[in-house]
Amino acid sequence: MANKYVKNAVGRMIPEKINGKPVIPYQGVHKYKTTGRRYAPSLATCANYPEDGNKLVNDLKTALKKAGLKDGMTVSTHHHFRNGDLVANQIFTAASELGVKDLVWFPSASFPCHEPMIDYLKDGTIHHIEGSMNGPLGRFASLGNMKGTGVLRSHGGRYQAVQDGEVVIDIAVIAAPTADPFGNANGLTGDSACGLLGFALADSQYAHKVIVVTDNLVPFPCVPWQVQGNYVDYVVEMDQIGIPERIISGTTRITRSPDRLYIAELTAKFCDEVGILYDGFSFQAGAGGTSLAIGNYFGEIMREKGIKARFARGGSNQYLVEMLEEGLIDYILDGQTFDLAGVRSMRENPNHVNTSPFTSYNYHGKGNFAGIVDVVILGATEVDVNYNANVVTHSDGYLLHGIGGWQNCLFSKNVILPIPLFRDRIPIIRDEVTTICGPGELIDVIVTERGIAINPRRKDLLNAVKNSKLPIRTIEELKEEAERICGKPEPVKFGERVIAAIKWVDGTVIDVVRQVNE
Amino acid sequence: MGKKGTAGNQGPGIRSDCFAALELKSSGGIEIILNSKVDALYKNSIQDLAHQILDFFQIKDAKLEIIDRGALPFVLAARIEAAVKVCLDSQEEFWLEMIPENKYQTRKDRTRRSRLYLPGNSPKLMINAGIHQPDGIILDLEDSVAPEKKDQAHFLVRNALRQVNFYGAERMVRINQFPLGLDDLTYLVPHHVNLILLPKCESAAQVQAVDKKISEILSEYDFDYPVYIMPIIESALGVVRAFEIASASENVASLAIGLEDYTADLGVPRTREGRETFFARTQVVNAARAAGTQVNDSVFSDVADMDALREVVLESKSLGFDGMGCIHPRQIKVIHEAFAPTEKEIHKAEKIVRAFDEAALKGLGVVSLGSKMIDPPVVKRAQTTIDLAVKSGQLPENWKEQGSDKDH
Repeated sequence: MANKYVKNAVGRMIPEKINGKPVIPYQGVHKYKTTGRRYAPSLATCANYPEDGNKLVNDLKTALKKAGLKDGMTVSTHHHFRNGDLVANQIFTAASELGVKDLVWFPSASFPCHEPMIDYLKDGTIHHIEGSMNGPLGRFASLGNMKGTGVLRSHGGRYQAVQDGEVVIDIAVIAAPTADPFGNANGLTGDSACGLLGFALADSQYAHKVIVVTDNLVPFPCVPWQVQGNYVDYVVEMDQIGIPERIISGTTRITRSPDRLYIAELTAKFCDEVGILYDGFSFQAGAGGTSLAIGNYFGEIMREKGIKARFARGGSNQYLVEMLEEGLIDYILDGQTFDLAGVRSMRENPNHVNTSPFTSYNYHGKGNFAGIVDVVILGATEVDVNYNANVVTHSDGYLLHGIGGWQNCLFSKNVILPIPLFRDRIPIIRDEVTTICGPGELIDVIVTERGIAINPRRKDLLNAVKNSKLPIRTIEELKEEAERICGKPEPVKFGERVIAAIKWVDGTVIDVVRQVNE
Repeated sequence: MGKKGTAGNQGPGIRSDCFAALELKSSGGIEIILNSKVDALYKNSIQDLAHQILDFFQIKDAKLEIIDRGALPFVLAARIEAAVKVCLDSQEEFWLEMIPENKYQTRKDRTRRSRLYLPGNSPKLMINAGIHQPDGIILDLEDSVAPEKKDQAHFLVRNALRQVNFYGAERMVRINQFPLGLDDLTYLVPHHVNLILLPKCESAAQVQAVDKKISEILSEYDFDYPVYIMPIIESALGVVRAFEIASASENVASLAIGLEDYTADLGVPRTREGRETFFARTQVVNAARAAGTQVNDSVFSDVADMDALREVVLESKSLGFDGMGCIHPRQIKVIHEAFAPTEKEIHKAEKIVRAFDEAALKGLGVVSLGSKMIDPPVVKRAQTTIDLAVKSGQLPENWKEQGSDKDH
């Protein structure tokens, strides 16, 4: 099983094959352009479906059997239920009971609630996971215990992989907070309401078989149909598909840490001084405590200047919704709702619009929204002196986090990473990051509590702060300061085995993750 | 046989700190058991540091267990040394390198609007304190350190003075109450501490004793940097003797008031209106001014209520105080804003300073503005206002070159 390695455009050694399939090494931003035709699932015929539109079957196991579940298939799920998902584990329990082996699980993300998958990885039901792995699953995979190699993709990259046929979904199981017997479904109402179902869009359109699972079955029609029943093969009713308080956090909170608030305030000041916050601008900030605080500071500046934003990209939360309702933002273009305020707003406010990885991030689209956004606020576990950044592994090499929309958001006009210079003793700015997830040419500004570093490629931003009192430093200076405080980190030795591949948005491999020696 | 000593903190929620447990043995060499959150990146450097310290104290046979939650080297060293000192009766001290940034001196009349209290045995809060830009940071050895942790806090505070960059804040330490606090000075004075806060001060003699001990230590090490004293008046007796305390030594830079203990001494609850402390506050301000020192107000303890804080600071300023204590970094900005001079004050101060410059240029001994003569203290006060305005970003540093008054 000798695998040859080649060096990709960011200097990382990439195996020629992963899970037996040939790999295309990363070639640079917008360098790799696939041709050919979009992948298509087999044709369906309405004559083969019940004329009265009732696609209900008794239970999930029956639905999986009817869908033709067999060894080696790829089964997909979405992550709109986050850590409150009760469906994904049941799929593989059923598969294990049916004696099916070597499945590929293709979630749009996994969460700690999916720890039971470890049993199915061990008993051979699941061969490998193509999706984020963190917590116990991340540890299991990092120690080299997964049979196959994991594949991590961005939200946009997942859509791309489905569209160009790199991943063929045999069966998609879509957990739906509300659905009708025809398979129309949405995330707006029901006990497990999660706002929208955008992450399941590709799955509904491209999977060979689609199963909708709901605990809130309503008579036809279920409107709006975020998932169209015309793509759906079977509908299963269950007592409970999610744990509401884990689906949405109830309330998301702005950080109270004075250090993080300081970084947030500095980030907002920077954006203001360099002219990013103009009337009609657009922004995207995540749901982490620091990002929320930055949104809040943006709000203060907007009120003071009497300007508004044309749109904000979600993950939506109560703070973003309040800004929409106050008239500080014209539209929220939302990819996922993080709290109840977000769900309510999406249900009631026509200016709170649901989006999908297709509209927002897809590489095979005729454009997407990511590049239209003026400023995006992202996190990272490490950044190197060339501004390459890591978001998937901890500095000790363990898988920690999925890529999410992170890579896709790098195409925004201004990419800002507000991060502490060190966490406990771990310096964030390194000579080399453990895993490259995003190339430095797309990362513009690092804001730390000890100074702001601007990518030398952004001469415009450097010019804009020439006479500013902001603490502008070079990234090397910041790295040195971190190392003076923390000490120079010792090199970490990893195992030979590749346990996961990190895909770039175009389907090429930008880096691989190696086994951690315990 | 087998003396044991521990220091530091462990358990859930502990970050940027560590726990060290040392057991002396009679044979078997050094055994280090390291359980570190940052093992992958710092295993060797932690072990090297531990060996270095044990070596320094000539410990040849021992078991040292370290439970590390991402402690920086200054913390690791302090915890290990504290564990050693439980086992050994040694006067030796293991000093880490003094970072050059920490060798600065402060002026007696420097701006002291905010002073941020940091518990002396909690390293996590020390590391980033300087980025919030308080005028002073206080490493506290008194109320925030439990009696059984006082010894280990000495090493942590000493190491913080040597290694934590507070980015230009005046580096202050609140010692324990007199006379216990005198012993604290040994761990502070040789490490470029800028100012000592003397709590519950009730007499000039206490200040003089502290002052004497400071100068003895300084001369022992052949250092000659200034170490100022800020006595804290926290009792009825202290209030009565405020003037003699403020004038007890040239090194008293400021007089502070502590209202929690003072109201306890009076036997009344502390209210938001503060009528019960009005006498004490005005008395302390008056005493400080009479003695020619600065004067600093107490702390405001509701860290969530910024509006109430702003009101308290404005009152404090109107009574004549130069600054306040903070117990949370978010209070700093509010305090600085409220102590900042008003536009009218700045405008007037600009005129006075310009008139002074003009008179100096002409070689005139007397400064006048229009038909009014201006006394030297007024000029000094105007300069202080200008300094504050520059510090809080209300005036550019080169304001003199930016053309004269708009109404000229």
